[in-house]
Amino acid sequence: MMKDVVLTVTENRPLTPYVYQMELQGDVSAIAAPGQFVNLKLNGLYLRRPISVCDINGDRLTLVYKVVGKGTGQMAALPAGARLQTLTGLGNGYDLAPAGEAPLLIGGGVGVPPLYWLARRLRAAGRRVQVVLGFNTRQEVFYEQNFAALGCAVTVTTADGSYGVKGFVTDALPADYTYVYTCGPEPMLRAVHKAITTGGQFSFEERMGCGFGACMGCSCQTLAGPKRICKDGPVLLKEEILW
Amino acid sequence: MVDTRVNLCGITLDNPVIPASGTFGYGHEFAACYDINCLGTFSCKGTTLQPRFGNPTPRIAECPAGMLNAVGLQNPGVEAVIAEELPKLKACFHKPIIANVSGFSVEEYAQTCRLLNAQPQVGWLEVNISCPNVHGGGMSFGTDPHAAAEVVKAVKAVTTKPVIVKLSPNVTDIVAIAKACEQAGADGVSLINTLLGMRFDLKTKRPVLANGTGGLSGPAVFPVAVRMVYQVAQAVSIPVVGMGGVSSAEDVLEMMLAGAVAVQVGAANLVDPFACKTIVDDLPRVMERYQITSLQQLSGGANHG
Repeated sequence: MMKDVVLTVTENRPLTPYVYQMELQGDVSAIAAPGQFVNLKLNGLYLRRPISVCDINGDRLTLVYKVVGKGTGQMAALPAGARLQTLTGLGNGYDLAPAGEAPLLIGGGVGVPPLYWLARRLRAAGRRVQVVLGFNTRQEVFYEQNFAALGCAVTVTTADGSYGVKGFVTDALPADYTYVYTCGPEPMLRAVHKAITTGGQFSFEERMGCGFGACMGCSCQTLAGPKRICKDGPVLLKEEILW
Repeated sequence: MVDTRVNLCGITLDNPVIPASGTFGYGHEFAACYDINCLGTFSCKGTTLQPRFGNPTPRIAECPAGMLNAVGLQNPGVEAVIAEELPKLKACFHKPIIANVSGFSVEEYAQTCRLLNAQPQVGWLEVNISCPNVHGGGMSFGTDPHAAAEVVKAVKAVTTKPVIVKLSPNVTDIVAIAKACEQAGADGVSLINTLLGMRFDLKTKRPVLANGTGGLSGPAVFPVAVRMVYQVAQAVSIPVVGMGGVSSAEDVLEMMLAGAVAVQVGAANLVDPFACKTIVDDLPRVMERYQITSLQQLSGGANHG
Protein backbone atom coordinates (compact mmCIF):
# COMPACT_ATOMS: atom_id res chain seq x y z
CA MET A 1 0.00 0.00 0.00
CA MET A 2 1.58 3.28 -1.05
CA LYS A 3 2.19 6.12 1.40
CA ASP A 4 2.98 9.79 0.79
CA VAL A 5 5.63 10.74 3.36
CA VAL A 6 8.29 13.36 4.01
CA LEU A 7 11.80 11.91 4.06
CA THR A 8 14.92 13.75 5.23
CA VAL A 9 18.19 13.51 3.31
CA THR A 10 20.96 12.39 5.66
CA GLU A 11 23.72 11.90 3.10
CA ASN A 12 24.18 12.47 -0.64
CA ARG A 13 27.48 11.72 -2.35
CA PRO A 14 28.84 10.77 -5.77
CA LEU A 15 29.90 7.15 -6.41
CA THR A 16 31.10 7.89 -9.96
CA PRO A 17 31.13 11.14 -11.97
CA TYR A 18 27.37 10.76 -12.69
CA VAL A 19 26.00 8.26 -10.19
CA TYR A 20 25.05 9.42 -6.69
CA GLN A 21 24.03 7.66 -3.51
CA MET A 22 21.40 9.36 -1.35
CA GLU A 23 20.44 8.25 2.14
CA LEU A 24 17.03 9.28 3.43
CA GLN A 25 15.35 8.85 6.79
CA GLY A 26 11.66 8.65 7.67
CA ASP A 27 8.61 6.43 7.39
CA VAL A 28 9.59 3.90 4.74
CA SER A 29 7.22 1.23 6.05
CA ALA A 30 5.26 1.11 2.78
CA ILE A 31 8.28 -0.25 0.93
CA ALA A 32 7.74 -4.00 0.93
CA ALA A 33 9.92 -5.59 -1.74
CA PRO A 34 13.21 -5.12 -3.59
CA GLY A 35 12.58 -3.74 -7.05
CA GLN A 36 9.91 -1.28 -5.87
CA PHE A 37 10.43 2.45 -6.37
CA VAL A 38 9.65 5.79 -4.80
CA ASN A 39 8.41 8.97 -6.52
CA LEU A 40 10.07 12.19 -5.37
CA LYS A 41 8.53 15.67 -5.47
CA LEU A 42 11.22 18.19 -6.38
CA ASN A 43 11.03 21.99 -6.24
CA GLY A 44 9.80 23.62 -9.42
CA LEU A 45 9.20 20.36 -11.28
CA TYR A 46 5.59 19.37 -11.91
CA LEU A 47 5.89 15.61 -12.20
CA ARG A 48 7.50 13.51 -9.50
CA ARG A 49 10.67 11.59 -10.28
CA PRO A 50 10.61 7.78 -9.94
CA ILE A 51 13.79 6.26 -8.43
CA SER A 52 14.21 2.59 -7.60
CA VAL A 53 14.87 1.47 -4.04
CA CYS A 54 18.50 0.37 -3.59
CA ASP A 55 18.32 -0.64 0.06
CA ILE A 56 16.24 -0.34 3.22
CA ASN A 57 17.53 -0.47 6.79
CA GLY A 58 14.95 0.28 9.49
CA ASP A 59 13.81 3.84 8.80
CA ARG A 60 16.60 4.48 6.30
CA LEU A 61 16.22 4.34 2.55
CA THR A 62 19.14 4.25 0.10
CA LEU A 63 18.67 5.53 -3.44
CA VAL A 64 21.38 5.28 -6.08
CA TYR A 65 20.62 7.40 -9.13
CA LYS A 66 22.30 8.68 -12.26
CA VAL A 67 22.22 12.38 -13.11
CA VAL A 68 20.53 12.49 -16.50
CA GLY A 69 18.41 15.66 -16.46
CA LYS A 70 16.78 18.43 -14.45
CA GLY A 71 15.26 16.23 -11.76
CA THR A 72 18.25 14.08 -10.98
CA GLY A 73 20.47 17.17 -11.36
CA GLN A 74 18.47 18.85 -8.64
CA MET A 75 18.67 15.71 -6.49
CA ALA A 76 22.46 15.67 -6.73
CA ALA A 77 22.58 19.19 -5.27
CA LEU A 78 20.42 18.39 -2.22
CA PRO A 79 22.28 18.81 1.07
CA ALA A 80 21.83 16.73 4.21
CA GLY A 81 18.74 17.96 6.03
CA ALA A 82 16.73 18.57 2.83
CA ARG A 83 13.17 17.23 3.07
CA LEU A 84 11.48 15.45 0.18
CA GLN A 85 7.79 14.69 -0.27
CA THR A 86 7.93 11.07 -1.39
CA LEU A 87 5.39 8.53 -2.55
CA THR A 88 6.66 5.20 -1.23
CA GLY A 89 5.86 1.56 -1.85
CA LEU A 90 5.27 1.84 -5.60
CA GLY A 91 5.42 -1.02 -8.10
CA ASN A 92 5.29 -4.76 -7.63
CA GLY A 93 8.97 -5.48 -6.93
CA TYR A 94 10.81 -8.77 -7.30
CA ASP A 95 9.28 -12.01 -6.06
CA LEU A 96 11.94 -13.96 -4.17
CA ALA A 97 10.02 -17.23 -4.09
CA PRO A 98 11.22 -18.77 -7.39
CA ALA A 99 14.91 -17.89 -6.79
CA GLY A 100 16.10 -21.44 -6.13
CA GLU A 101 19.48 -22.27 -4.58
CA ALA A 102 21.71 -20.25 -6.91
CA PRO A 103 19.96 -17.18 -8.33
CA LEU A 104 21.76 -15.02 -10.86
CA LEU A 105 21.44 -11.22 -10.64
CA ILE A 106 22.28 -9.23 -13.78
CA GLY A 107 22.50 -5.44 -13.63
CA GLY A 108 23.43 -2.91 -16.28
CA GLY A 109 24.53 0.63 -15.37
CA VAL A 110 21.93 2.43 -13.31
CA GLY A 111 19.92 -0.84 -13.35
CA VAL A 112 22.32 -2.19 -10.73
CA PRO A 113 20.90 -0.47 -7.59
CA PRO A 114 17.55 -2.33 -7.26
CA LEU A 115 19.46 -5.62 -7.27
CA TYR A 116 21.37 -4.73 -4.09
CA TRP A 117 18.55 -5.12 -1.54
CA LEU A 118 17.43 -8.19 -3.47
CA ALA A 119 20.92 -9.70 -3.13
CA ARG A 120 20.97 -8.91 0.58
CA ARG A 121 17.60 -10.60 1.08
CA LEU A 122 18.62 -13.64 -0.96
CA ARG A 123 21.90 -13.96 0.97
CA ALA A 124 19.99 -13.67 4.25
CA ALA A 125 17.86 -16.58 3.02
CA GLY A 126 21.05 -18.58 2.53
CA ARG A 127 21.12 -18.55 -1.26
CA ARG A 128 24.31 -18.77 -3.30
CA VAL A 129 24.03 -15.47 -5.20
CA GLN A 130 25.95 -14.82 -8.41
CA VAL A 131 26.04 -11.26 -9.71
CA VAL A 132 27.04 -9.92 -13.14
CA LEU A 133 27.31 -6.13 -13.39
CA GLY A 134 27.76 -4.43 -16.76
CA PHE A 135 29.09 -0.91 -17.37
CA ASN A 136 30.46 1.01 -20.35
CA THR A 137 33.84 1.82 -18.88
CA ARG A 138 35.99 1.58 -15.74
CA GLN A 139 35.08 4.97 -14.25
CA GLU A 140 31.36 4.10 -14.32
CA VAL A 141 31.74 0.98 -12.18
CA PHE A 142 30.01 1.10 -8.80
CA TYR A 143 28.76 -1.30 -6.09
CA GLU A 144 31.10 -4.20 -7.02
CA GLN A 145 32.48 -4.22 -3.46
CA ASN A 146 29.03 -3.83 -1.90
CA PHE A 147 27.79 -7.03 -3.56
CA ALA A 148 31.07 -8.83 -2.76
CA ALA A 149 30.72 -7.84 0.90
CA LEU A 150 27.36 -9.63 0.98
CA GLY A 151 29.15 -12.82 -0.06
CA CYS A 152 27.99 -12.74 -3.68
CA ALA A 153 30.21 -14.03 -6.49
CA VAL A 154 30.61 -10.84 -8.54
CA THR A 155 31.69 -10.48 -12.16
CA VAL A 156 32.04 -7.03 -13.73
CA THR A 157 31.99 -6.42 -17.47
CA THR A 158 32.89 -3.23 -19.32
CA ALA A 159 32.01 -2.64 -22.95
CA ASP A 160 35.44 -1.12 -23.65
CA GLY A 161 37.36 -3.72 -21.64
CA SER A 162 38.89 -1.11 -19.32
CA TYR A 163 37.84 -3.16 -16.26
CA GLY A 164 36.80 -6.78 -15.65
CA VAL A 165 35.58 -8.90 -18.55
CA LYS A 166 35.53 -7.08 -21.88
CA GLY A 167 32.08 -7.10 -23.44
CA PHE A 168 28.45 -7.19 -22.26
CA VAL A 169 26.83 -8.98 -19.32
CA THR A 170 25.80 -11.77 -21.67
CA ASP A 171 29.51 -12.45 -22.34
CA ALA A 172 30.04 -13.30 -18.67
CA LEU A 173 27.07 -15.46 -17.66
CA PRO A 174 27.98 -18.32 -15.29
CA ALA A 175 27.30 -21.90 -16.32
CA ASP A 176 24.96 -22.83 -13.49
CA TYR A 177 22.13 -20.81 -11.99
CA THR A 178 18.60 -21.56 -10.88
CA TYR A 179 16.80 -18.32 -11.74
CA VAL A 180 17.54 -14.81 -13.08
CA TYR A 181 16.72 -11.34 -11.72
CA THR A 182 17.72 -8.44 -13.94
CA CYS A 183 17.45 -4.69 -14.38
CA GLY A 184 19.11 -2.45 -16.95
CA PRO A 185 18.69 -0.74 -20.30
CA GLU A 186 16.25 -2.37 -22.68
CA PRO A 187 18.84 -3.67 -25.19
CA MET A 188 20.55 -5.46 -22.29
CA LEU A 189 17.26 -6.91 -21.03
CA ARG A 190 16.52 -8.14 -24.52
CA ALA A 191 19.94 -9.83 -24.81
CA VAL A 192 19.58 -11.39 -21.35
CA HIS A 193 16.09 -12.63 -22.24
CA LYS A 194 17.56 -14.42 -25.24
CA ALA A 195 20.63 -15.77 -23.43
CA ILE A 196 19.29 -17.24 -20.19
CA THR A 197 18.16 -20.84 -19.86
CA THR A 198 15.95 -20.49 -16.75
CA GLY A 199 12.96 -18.40 -15.79
CA GLY A 200 13.50 -14.85 -14.68
CA GLN A 201 12.16 -11.47 -13.63
CA PHE A 202 12.98 -8.35 -15.65
CA SER A 203 12.66 -4.82 -14.31
CA PHE A 204 11.70 -2.17 -16.89
CA GLU A 205 11.97 1.58 -17.05
CA GLU A 206 9.44 3.93 -18.67
CA ARG A 207 8.60 7.60 -18.52
CA MET A 208 5.81 7.89 -15.97
CA GLY A 209 3.07 10.35 -15.16
CA CYS A 210 1.75 9.37 -11.75
CA GLY A 211 3.76 6.29 -10.73
CA PHE A 212 0.77 4.55 -9.12
CA GLY A 213 -1.37 3.25 -11.95
CA ALA A 214 -3.81 6.10 -12.59
CA CYS A 215 -2.72 7.78 -15.82
CA MET A 216 -1.80 4.89 -18.16
CA GLY A 217 1.26 6.90 -19.19
CA CYS A 218 3.72 4.00 -18.93
CA SER A 219 1.73 1.10 -20.37
CA CYS A 220 3.34 -1.69 -22.35
CA GLN A 221 1.98 -4.67 -24.22
CA THR A 222 2.69 -8.11 -22.74
CA LEU A 223 1.58 -11.63 -23.55
CA ALA A 224 -0.67 -11.28 -20.49
CA GLY A 225 -2.31 -8.12 -21.92
CA PRO A 226 -1.51 -4.44 -21.39
CA LYS A 227 0.44 -3.70 -18.21
CA ARG A 228 1.30 -0.47 -16.45
CA ILE A 229 5.05 -0.44 -15.76
CA CYS A 230 4.47 1.62 -12.60
CA LYS A 231 1.76 -0.53 -11.05
CA ASP A 232 1.71 -4.00 -12.67
CA GLY A 233 5.52 -3.72 -13.06
CA PRO A 234 8.23 -2.55 -13.11
CA VAL A 235 9.08 -6.24 -12.80
CA LEU A 236 7.71 -8.51 -15.54
CA LEU A 237 8.10 -12.26 -15.82
CA LYS A 238 10.31 -13.61 -18.59
CA GLU A 239 7.46 -15.56 -20.14
CA GLU A 240 5.07 -12.58 -20.42
CA ILE A 241 7.46 -10.10 -22.04
CA LEU A 242 6.64 -9.04 -25.59
CA TRP A 243 9.61 -7.32 -27.28
CA MET B 1 -21.98 26.39 8.30
CA VAL B 2 -21.37 26.58 4.58
CA ASP B 3 -23.28 24.62 1.97
CA THR B 4 -20.96 22.87 -0.49
CA ARG B 5 -23.74 21.12 -2.37
CA VAL B 6 -24.25 21.77 -6.06
CA ASN B 7 -26.69 20.52 -8.66
CA LEU B 8 -25.37 18.96 -11.82
CA CYS B 9 -28.10 18.40 -14.41
CA GLY B 10 -30.69 17.54 -11.79
CA ILE B 11 -28.52 15.40 -9.51
CA THR B 12 -27.29 16.91 -6.24
CA LEU B 13 -23.59 16.50 -5.45
CA ASP B 14 -22.29 16.81 -1.87
CA ASN B 15 -19.60 19.09 -3.26
CA PRO B 16 -18.46 20.25 -6.72
CA VAL B 17 -15.16 18.32 -6.71
CA ILE B 18 -14.93 15.74 -9.51
CA PRO B 19 -11.74 13.94 -10.54
CA ALA B 20 -11.42 14.28 -14.30
CA SER B 21 -11.48 11.41 -16.74
CA GLY B 22 -8.11 9.83 -17.45
CA THR B 23 -6.53 10.96 -14.19
CA PHE B 24 -8.47 8.70 -11.84
CA GLY B 25 -8.67 5.37 -13.68
CA TYR B 26 -11.77 3.57 -12.44
CA GLY B 27 -11.11 4.80 -8.92
CA HIS B 28 -9.34 1.77 -7.42
CA GLU B 29 -5.85 3.27 -7.04
CA PHE B 30 -7.33 6.21 -5.13
CA ALA B 31 -9.77 4.13 -3.08
CA ALA B 32 -6.65 2.45 -1.69
CA CYS B 33 -5.50 5.90 -0.43
CA TYR B 34 -8.71 7.39 0.97
CA ASP B 35 -12.49 6.95 1.04
CA ILE B 36 -13.40 8.29 -2.39
CA ASN B 37 -17.03 8.72 -1.31
CA CYS B 38 -15.96 12.17 -0.08
CA LEU B 39 -15.93 13.27 -3.74
CA GLY B 40 -18.88 14.91 -5.47
CA THR B 41 -18.57 12.18 -8.07
CA PHE B 42 -15.84 11.21 -10.51
CA SER B 43 -15.45 10.81 -14.23
CA CYS B 44 -14.25 7.36 -15.26
CA LYS B 45 -11.40 6.64 -17.64
CA GLY B 46 -12.53 7.39 -21.20
CA THR B 47 -14.28 4.34 -22.62
CA THR B 48 -14.61 3.27 -26.24
CA LEU B 49 -16.64 0.55 -27.92
CA GLN B 50 -13.57 -1.62 -28.60
CA PRO B 51 -10.58 -2.17 -26.27
CA ARG B 52 -7.69 0.19 -27.01
CA PHE B 53 -4.04 -0.03 -26.04
CA GLY B 54 -3.43 3.59 -26.99
CA ASN B 55 -0.26 5.20 -28.29
CA PRO B 56 3.33 3.96 -28.10
CA THR B 57 5.48 5.25 -25.21
CA PRO B 58 6.83 7.71 -24.16
CA ARG B 59 3.33 9.09 -23.59
CA ILE B 60 4.24 11.65 -20.92
CA ALA B 61 6.42 14.77 -20.96
CA GLU B 62 7.21 17.28 -18.24
CA CYS B 63 6.38 20.96 -18.83
CA PRO B 64 6.72 24.13 -16.80
CA ALA B 65 3.77 23.96 -14.36
CA GLY B 66 2.21 21.05 -16.15
CA MET B 67 2.57 18.01 -18.34
CA LEU B 68 1.88 16.69 -21.82
CA ASN B 69 0.16 13.36 -22.29
CA ALA B 70 -0.50 11.30 -25.38
CA VAL B 71 -2.01 8.20 -23.80
CA GLY B 72 -4.48 7.78 -26.64
CA LEU B 73 -7.55 6.52 -24.78
CA GLN B 74 -6.18 3.26 -23.45
CA ASN B 75 -9.15 1.35 -22.03
CA PRO B 76 -10.46 -2.23 -21.94
CA GLY B 77 -13.55 -1.44 -24.03
CA VAL B 78 -17.12 -0.84 -22.89
CA GLU B 79 -18.01 -4.51 -22.41
CA ALA B 80 -15.11 -5.10 -20.01
CA VAL B 81 -15.86 -1.83 -18.23
CA ILE B 82 -19.43 -2.99 -17.62
CA ALA B 83 -18.49 -6.58 -16.77
CA GLU B 84 -15.42 -5.90 -14.61
CA GLU B 85 -14.72 -2.29 -13.68
CA LEU B 86 -18.19 -1.13 -12.66
CA PRO B 87 -18.88 -4.12 -10.36
CA LYS B 88 -15.47 -3.61 -8.70
CA LEU B 89 -16.21 0.09 -8.31
CA LYS B 90 -19.52 -0.65 -6.60
CA ALA B 91 -17.57 -1.95 -3.61
CA CYS B 92 -15.77 1.35 -2.99
CA PHE B 93 -17.95 4.12 -4.46
CA HIS B 94 -21.63 4.50 -3.65
CA LYS B 95 -22.60 7.59 -5.63
CA PRO B 96 -23.59 7.91 -9.29
CA ILE B 97 -20.56 8.22 -11.56
CA ILE B 98 -19.87 10.08 -14.77
CA ALA B 99 -19.22 7.64 -17.62
CA ASN B 100 -16.79 9.26 -20.06
CA VAL B 101 -17.17 8.04 -23.64
CA SER B 102 -15.06 8.45 -26.78
CA GLY B 103 -15.56 7.17 -30.27
CA PHE B 104 -14.36 7.11 -33.85
CA SER B 105 -17.73 7.45 -35.51
CA VAL B 106 -21.13 8.85 -34.58
CA GLU B 107 -22.48 5.29 -34.40
CA GLU B 108 -19.71 4.22 -32.01
CA TYR B 109 -20.43 7.10 -29.64
CA ALA B 110 -24.12 6.21 -29.68
CA GLN B 111 -23.59 2.50 -29.13
CA THR B 112 -21.14 2.95 -26.24
CA CYS B 113 -23.39 5.55 -24.60
CA ARG B 114 -26.44 3.32 -24.98
CA LEU B 115 -24.67 0.47 -23.17
CA LEU B 116 -23.42 2.70 -20.35
CA ASN B 117 -26.74 4.53 -20.04
CA ALA B 118 -28.27 1.19 -18.99
CA GLN B 119 -25.92 0.85 -16.00
CA PRO B 120 -27.56 1.91 -12.71
CA GLN B 121 -24.23 3.26 -11.37
CA VAL B 122 -23.98 5.76 -14.21
CA GLY B 123 -25.49 9.13 -13.34
CA TRP B 124 -24.27 11.15 -16.31
CA LEU B 125 -22.66 10.49 -19.66
CA GLU B 126 -19.72 12.68 -20.54
CA VAL B 127 -19.19 12.60 -24.28
CA ASN B 128 -15.58 13.35 -25.07
CA ILE B 129 -15.38 15.02 -28.47
CA SER B 130 -12.04 16.55 -27.61
CA CYS B 131 -9.30 13.94 -27.20
CA PRO B 132 -6.28 15.40 -29.03
CA ASN B 133 -4.33 12.13 -29.02
CA VAL B 134 -6.26 9.85 -31.36
CA HIS B 135 -6.53 9.99 -35.10
CA GLY B 136 -9.77 9.93 -37.02
CA GLY B 137 -11.90 10.40 -33.92
CA GLY B 138 -11.96 12.32 -30.67
CA MET B 139 -11.11 15.93 -31.28
CA SER B 140 -12.16 15.90 -34.94
CA PHE B 141 -15.77 15.85 -33.67
CA GLY B 142 -15.10 18.65 -31.23
CA THR B 143 -13.59 21.17 -33.61
CA ASP B 144 -16.58 21.39 -35.97
CA PRO B 145 -19.99 22.56 -34.68
CA HIS B 146 -21.87 20.36 -37.16
CA ALA B 147 -19.94 17.20 -36.29
CA ALA B 148 -20.34 17.97 -32.57
CA ALA B 149 -24.08 18.38 -33.01
CA GLU B 150 -24.31 15.08 -34.92
CA VAL B 151 -22.68 13.20 -32.04
CA VAL B 152 -24.90 14.88 -29.45
CA LYS B 153 -28.10 14.11 -31.39
CA ALA B 154 -27.12 10.47 -31.89
CA VAL B 155 -26.26 10.03 -28.22
CA LYS B 156 -29.39 11.82 -26.97
CA ALA B 157 -31.53 9.57 -29.16
CA VAL B 158 -30.39 6.44 -27.31
CA THR B 159 -29.93 7.69 -23.74
CA THR B 160 -32.10 8.86 -20.86
CA LYS B 161 -29.42 10.20 -18.52
CA PRO B 162 -27.95 13.70 -18.65
CA VAL B 163 -25.44 14.08 -21.48
CA ILE B 164 -22.50 16.40 -20.81
CA VAL B 165 -20.29 17.16 -23.80
CA LYS B 166 -16.57 17.57 -23.12
CA LEU B 167 -15.18 20.34 -25.29
CA SER B 168 -11.80 20.98 -26.83
CA PRO B 169 -9.96 24.26 -26.30
CA ASN B 170 -8.15 23.69 -29.60
CA VAL B 171 -10.66 25.74 -31.58
CA THR B 172 -11.01 29.33 -32.72
CA ASP B 173 -14.41 29.77 -31.07
CA ILE B 174 -15.32 27.38 -28.28
CA VAL B 175 -18.60 29.25 -27.75
CA ALA B 176 -19.81 28.23 -31.21
CA ILE B 177 -19.18 24.55 -30.40
CA ALA B 178 -20.85 24.86 -27.01
CA LYS B 179 -23.92 26.50 -28.57
CA ALA B 180 -24.10 23.81 -31.25
CA CYS B 181 -24.08 21.14 -28.52
CA GLU B 182 -26.77 22.97 -26.56
CA GLN B 183 -28.98 23.29 -29.61
CA ALA B 184 -28.50 19.59 -30.40
CA GLY B 185 -29.87 18.71 -26.97
CA ALA B 186 -26.84 18.46 -24.68
CA ASP B 187 -27.71 18.71 -20.99
CA GLY B 188 -24.37 20.28 -20.10
CA VAL B 189 -20.87 20.94 -21.32
CA SER B 190 -17.52 20.32 -19.62
CA LEU B 191 -14.33 22.17 -20.49
CA ILE B 192 -11.48 22.31 -21.15
CA ASN B 193 -9.85 19.16 -22.41
CA THR B 194 -6.08 19.45 -22.87
CA LEU B 195 -4.37 22.01 -25.09
CA LEU B 196 -2.42 20.53 -27.96
CA GLY B 197 1.32 20.84 -27.32
CA MET B 198 4.72 19.44 -28.22
CA ARG B 199 8.26 19.12 -26.82
CA PHE B 200 11.57 18.15 -28.37
CA ASP B 201 14.44 16.36 -26.67
CA LEU B 202 17.70 18.25 -27.29
CA LYS B 203 19.75 15.06 -26.86
CA THR B 204 17.87 12.94 -29.39
CA LYS B 205 16.69 15.90 -31.54
CA ARG B 206 13.31 14.19 -31.66
CA PRO B 207 9.88 14.85 -30.11
CA VAL B 208 9.74 13.69 -26.48
CA LEU B 209 6.40 11.98 -27.09
CA ALA B 210 6.27 8.96 -29.41
CA ASN B 211 3.02 10.42 -30.76
CA GLY B 212 4.78 13.70 -31.54
CA THR B 213 2.11 15.92 -30.01
CA GLY B 214 0.17 15.59 -26.79
CA GLY B 215 -2.30 17.40 -24.55
CA LEU B 216 -1.11 20.03 -22.07
CA SER B 217 -2.67 20.00 -18.60
CA GLY B 218 -1.78 21.24 -15.14
CA PRO B 219 -1.65 24.71 -13.55
CA ALA B 220 -0.18 26.13 -16.79
CA VAL B 221 -3.59 25.92 -18.49
CA PHE B 222 -5.73 27.21 -15.58
CA PRO B 223 -6.15 30.84 -16.82
CA VAL B 224 -7.04 29.62 -20.31
CA ALA B 225 -9.63 27.28 -18.81
CA VAL B 226 -11.14 29.98 -16.59
CA ARG B 227 -11.45 32.30 -19.60
CA MET B 228 -13.15 29.64 -21.75
CA VAL B 229 -15.51 28.56 -18.95
CA TYR B 230 -16.47 32.21 -18.49
CA GLN B 231 -17.12 32.75 -22.20
CA VAL B 232 -19.17 29.56 -22.54
CA ALA B 233 -21.14 30.11 -19.31
CA GLN B 234 -22.12 33.57 -20.57
CA ALA B 235 -23.37 32.14 -23.85
CA VAL B 236 -25.29 28.96 -22.94
CA SER B 237 -28.06 28.21 -20.46
CA ILE B 238 -27.07 24.59 -19.75
CA PRO B 239 -24.71 23.80 -16.85
CA VAL B 240 -20.98 24.20 -17.44
CA VAL B 241 -18.47 21.92 -15.70
CA GLY B 242 -15.12 23.69 -15.42
CA MET B 243 -11.73 22.03 -15.56
CA GLY B 244 -8.15 22.70 -16.54
CA GLY B 245 -5.30 23.02 -14.07
CA VAL B 246 -7.50 23.09 -10.96
CA SER B 247 -5.27 22.24 -8.00
CA SER B 248 -6.79 23.80 -4.87
CA ALA B 249 -10.06 24.78 -3.19
CA GLU B 250 -9.31 28.36 -4.23
CA ASP B 251 -9.08 27.24 -7.86
CA VAL B 252 -12.46 25.49 -7.50
CA LEU B 253 -14.08 28.70 -6.27
CA GLU B 254 -12.44 30.73 -9.03
CA MET B 255 -13.73 28.32 -11.65
CA MET B 256 -17.22 28.61 -10.15
CA LEU B 257 -17.03 32.41 -10.19
CA ALA B 258 -16.34 32.07 -13.91
CA GLY B 259 -19.65 30.21 -14.21
CA ALA B 260 -18.95 26.52 -13.57
CA VAL B 261 -21.59 24.64 -11.56
CA ALA B 262 -19.10 21.86 -10.77
CA VAL B 263 -15.36 21.49 -11.20
CA GLN B 264 -13.16 18.67 -12.39
CA VAL B 265 -9.63 18.11 -11.14
CA GLY B 266 -7.23 16.35 -13.50
CA ALA B 267 -3.44 16.44 -13.53
CA ALA B 268 -3.27 17.34 -9.82
CA ASN B 269 -4.36 13.76 -9.01
CA LEU B 270 -1.26 12.44 -10.73
CA VAL B 271 1.29 14.43 -8.74
CA ASP B 272 -0.63 14.10 -5.47
CA PRO B 273 -2.99 11.13 -5.14
CA PHE B 274 -4.65 12.93 -2.20
CA ALA B 275 -5.25 16.16 -4.18
CA CYS B 276 -9.04 15.80 -4.45
CA LYS B 277 -9.47 14.76 -0.83
CA THR B 278 -7.42 17.78 0.24
CA ILE B 279 -9.57 20.08 -1.91
CA VAL B 280 -12.79 18.61 -0.49
CA ASP B 281 -11.44 18.99 3.07
CA ASP B 282 -10.24 22.56 2.45
CA LEU B 283 -13.35 23.80 0.67
CA PRO B 284 -15.56 24.77 3.68
CA ARG B 285 -12.71 26.66 5.36
CA VAL B 286 -11.78 28.51 2.16
CA MET B 287 -15.46 29.34 1.54
CA GLU B 288 -15.68 30.84 5.02
CA ARG B 289 -12.54 32.87 4.43
CA TYR B 290 -14.18 34.49 1.40
CA GLN B 291 -17.64 34.79 3.02
CA ILE B 292 -19.19 32.30 0.63
CA THR B 293 -22.05 30.43 2.27
CA SER B 294 -23.51 28.56 -0.68
CA LEU B 295 -21.82 27.27 -3.78
CA GLN B 296 -25.04 27.11 -5.77
CA GLN B 297 -25.47 30.85 -5.31
CA LEU B 298 -21.83 31.47 -6.17
CA SER B 299 -21.88 29.74 -9.51
CA GLY B 300 -25.29 30.72 -10.73
CA GLY B 301 -25.97 27.01 -10.42
CA ALA B 302 -29.41 27.94 -9.07
CA ASN B 303 -30.28 29.21 -12.53
CA HIS B 304 -28.91 26.16 -14.23
CA GLY B 305 -30.18 23.50 -11.82
